[in-house]
Amino acid sequence: MNKDLDLDALSYEQAFEELKTVIDQLEAGDKPLEETLSLYERGQTLFRHCTTLLEQAELKVQQLNADGAVDDFED
Amino acid sequence: MHMEEQMSFFPQPARSLSVFELNSHLRGLIESDPTLQDVWVRGEVSNLSIPKSGHMYFTLKDSQASLRCVMWRNQVLRQTNLPQDGSAVEVHGSISVYEAGGQYQLYADQIRPAGEGLLFQEFIRLKNKLEAEGLFDEERKRPIPAAPRVIGVVTSPTGAAIRDILNTLRRRYPLARVVVAPAAVQGDAAPMEIVQAIQSLNEIIQPDVLLVCRGGGSIEDLWAFNDETVARAIFGSRAPVISGVGHETDFTIADFTADLRAPTPTAAAELAVPDRQELQDLLLERQAQLFRAAAEVIESQRWSLSQSHHRLQRSSPSARMASARQKTDELYRQAERAIQHRIALARTQLQGLTQQLTALNPTNVLERGYAVVTRAGSLVKRTQDVQPGDDLKIQVSDGAVHAKVTENGESNE
Repeated sequence: MNKDLDLDALSYEQAFEELKTVIDQLEAGDKPLEETLSLYERGQTLFRHCTTLLEQAELKVQQLNADGAVDDFED
Repeated sequence: MHMEEQMSFFPQPARSLSVFELNSHLRGLIESDPTLQDVWVRGEVSNLSIPKSGHMYFTLKDSQASLRCVMWRNQVLRQTNLPQDGSAVEVHGSISVYEAGGQYQLYADQIRPAGEGLLFQEFIRLKNKLEAEGLFDEERKRPIPAAPRVIGVVTSPTGAAIRDILNTLRRRYPLARVVVAPAAVQGDAAPMEIVQAIQSLNEIIQPDVLLVCRGGGSIEDLWAFNDETVARAIFGSRAPVISGVGHETDFTIADFTADLRAPTPTAAAELAVPDRQELQDLLLERQAQLFRAAAEVIESQRWSLSQSHHRLQRSSPSARMASARQKTDELYRQAERAIQHRIALARTQLQGLTQQLTALNPTNVLERGYAVVTRAGSLVKRTQDVQPGDDLKIQVSDGAVHAKVTENGESNE
């Protein structure tokens, strides 16, 4: 399981994917209580991370120039 | 007019024809020629006029000849763009004779810019060729990733298409990174620039999905997307390609080659990404699922905890003591019940005895006239119990009398 420190680095899909894994693990139902609780906590954190990303995301638009350089795209 | 009647004119040279008869005959000849009834004629438009009737009259000419043309109102209304004087066009229709004017003319039903026919032939040729090569095969179409992180876009950096695409992506899926590779999308340089843009995006950016787009335009405007090199670049793209060229009704070779064809650039952007709202719904669903899964685990833990608790209680010394105490209580109550029973039984027996005793009370017998005879405190039951001269006490119901034995005789009197 990833540490909270890694959270900011997680992309939406990564976080969403991990959330799915957490749910799968919980649904297996074979984890001790303590691990269950920390899995649940992790799931909640991932959910909040995804929500924040969705709400605050701003499309990043760049331009690939003929020389192979990448600039910001002004539209 | 039928052939048989027409043929019958000529074996009688003496008979003259009216002008109308001649023109009608010519008309019949022309109208019976299938080539003349379904013909494309190219030339330059002149003397074009559309009077109030709405019919369109013009002359089609080249350097050596001219042809009168008519297009009826209902056909005029159907044309997407009408020619002007000087336009080089190709006109489709049927040749017939206008009897009143003695003119054969083209009754037009379709007009297109000159060269379009050649373009179309070229389009069909290339389409068949690439199709035969397998560039359009359904089996080779790759799935479009559900949520791309990097989206490559090949289009003009200044057209309406890029604005539509970016607006759509901002609205639906702002999580993505978009890299635009600018390319001319019309003109001679367009195919080469489009090919380069597709290739360098794949090499340098490696996007998860690639949009190849252009806004609406005439068939010539869209022609770069019918270029063989463009089709091959799309086919060779590492990233799956969504094409969005022109409008709904425009189909280009690029569309056939792409992994997914969108009717417009906006639609291409929509097909490339999920919708934010859908994602939010999905996320909320996941959260509910997370909660349910955790709640279920906790609930089952709680249940097994309470099971363990019960087992623990059953096996603890205090439990055993409690159990023993309970057993003692039960025995005690059992004993008590037995004792009570015994007492009740004894009481009943006692009552019986008392009644018996009452029945045996000698006083009662004395009442009935019997007497108790004693000699010196001993009961006299037999004659041998006394000797003549003994003092006897005779007790009767209301007291006692004293008597003396006079004779100790036989038992029967």
